[in-house]
Amino acid sequence: MTSPADLSVAGAARGEQSGDEAAQALFDDLIAKDSRIEPRDWMPEAYRKTLIRQISQHAHSEIIGMQPESNWITRAPSLKRKAILMAKVQDEAGHGLYLYSAAQTLGITREEMMLQLIEGRARYSSIFNYTTPTWADMGAIGWLVDGAAICNQVPLCRASYGPYGRAMVRICKEESFHQRQGFEILLELMQGTEAQREMAQGAVDRWYWPSLMMFGPPDDQSPNSAQSMAWNIKRFSNDDLRQRFVGMLVPQAEVLGVTLPDPNLRFNDATGQYDMSEIDWTEFNEVLAGRGPANAERLRRRREAHEDGAWVREAAAEYARKQALKSAA
Amino acid sequence: MSTPGEMGTESWPLWEVFVRANRGLSHVHVGSLHAPDSDMAVRNARDLYTRRNEGVSIWVVPADAITTSDPDAKGAFFESPAGKNYRHAVYYTKSEGVKHL
Repeated sequence: MTSPADLSVAGAARGEQSGDEAAQALFDDLIAKDSRIEPRDWMPEAYRKTLIRQISQHAHSEIIGMQPESNWITRAPSLKRKAILMAKVQDEAGHGLYLYSAAQTLGITREEMMLQLIEGRARYSSIFNYTTPTWADMGAIGWLVDGAAICNQVPLCRASYGPYGRAMVRICKEESFHQRQGFEILLELMQGTEAQREMAQGAVDRWYWPSLMMFGPPDDQSPNSAQSMAWNIKRFSNDDLRQRFVGMLVPQAEVLGVTLPDPNLRFNDATGQYDMSEIDWTEFNEVLAGRGPANAERLRRRREAHEDGAWVREAAAEYARKQALKSAA
Repeated sequence: MSTPGEMGTESWPLWEVFVRANRGLSHVHVGSLHAPDSDMAVRNARDLYTRRNEGVSIWVVPADAITTSDPDAKGAFFESPAGKNYRHAVYYTKSEGVKHL
C-alpha cells in the first residue's frame, strides 16, 4: 500500500519518463471536455504546482483575513454585532481549513503550508495588510473586500481541479452572508448622525482602491493568467472581473448614499464598460513586497498563535496516543 | 490505498467526514479535517461542516482506513457494465405504448 503522495510521483514518472503521452492525452481530453481532474489522476507537474500555490495562498488569505476583523470583536457596538462578527471570523477559519484540505490532496502537508506562511515564504492576499481603525471598516470590508472575493470566487466553483471547486462551493455559500452584513453596517451608519456618515464614507475611501487591486494586475501584465485559463482554473480575466465588480458596486453605492472615491468613474455607452482612473500599482507592489501598513504585524501574530498553540497540539496528540494504548491493553 | 491527502507525517492524522443532512438520507462525504482522535474529529467536524444546520448526524473515518480502487486501472476495472445496456429499462422498446410498463 502506498500513500497518495507516492502514487502521484509514480504517476508523474510513468507519464513523463517513459515518453508515454497517453496520460497527458487523457488529461488534455478531460480539460477540453471541461470535465474535472481528481486527486489521483495524472496531471502535469506545472498544473500541480500552480494549484498548490494558488490554493495554499487562498487558504493563507482566509487565515490571515481573520485578524483585521477579530480586532473589532470586543469593540463591536452591540452584543448582536459581536456575535455576528464572531460567526464571520469563525467562517474565515473554516474556509482556510477547507482550502488546506483541498491543497493537501495534491501532495503537500498542512504543516508544510503553515510553515511556508509563518516563515514568510508564502503569499496571501495583500488586502489583509491594511488596518481597520474604525467600526465602519467592518462594514467596508464586508461590502467591498468580501464583495470582490465573491466576484473572484464564484467562477472558481467551476475550477477544473475537483477538490478546489468543491471547497469553493461551500465557501461561496457562506460569503454572501459576509457581504450583506457589511452592507448593513454601512447602511445603518449612513442613516445615523453626521459623524457616523463621515465614518462610513471614510472607510469606503480607504477600502475602495485596495478592493479593486484584489483582482490582480491588468491583463497585459498578468503572465500566469493565460495558462490558468487554458487549464480551466481561471475562467475570466482580471480586468473582466474588475469591471463586473465595479458594475455591481455603483448602484449599491447609490442605495448606501456613499461616494466611490474616483472622480473619473462613469459608464461609457460606447464601450459598454466603466471608465475609471488608473489604479496605483506602485502601492499594490509595495504592499505585495511586504511594505504595507500591517504586513509585519499580521505575520508576527500568526507566528505567535502557531507557536503558543504548539503545546495544545502536542498534548492532544499525546492524550490520543495514551488513550489508544489503554484501549489496546 | 487510502484517501488523497493522507500522509503519515503530520502530528494530527487526517479524517474524512460524512454528514447526514436529514433523516431519510444517506451520509454523504463533505470533506476532511485533522484531529488527534475520533472524539475530537467528531467535534471538529461539527464546528467545521455543520455551522448552519447542514446535518443531523456525522461520521468520521481515519483517512488511512479507507481502501479505494486503483486510479490507473479505471478503464479495465469498470469495464464489466460496458456493452451490457440490457441492464437498463430503456433497452426494451417493444413495450412502447403499453401502459404501466
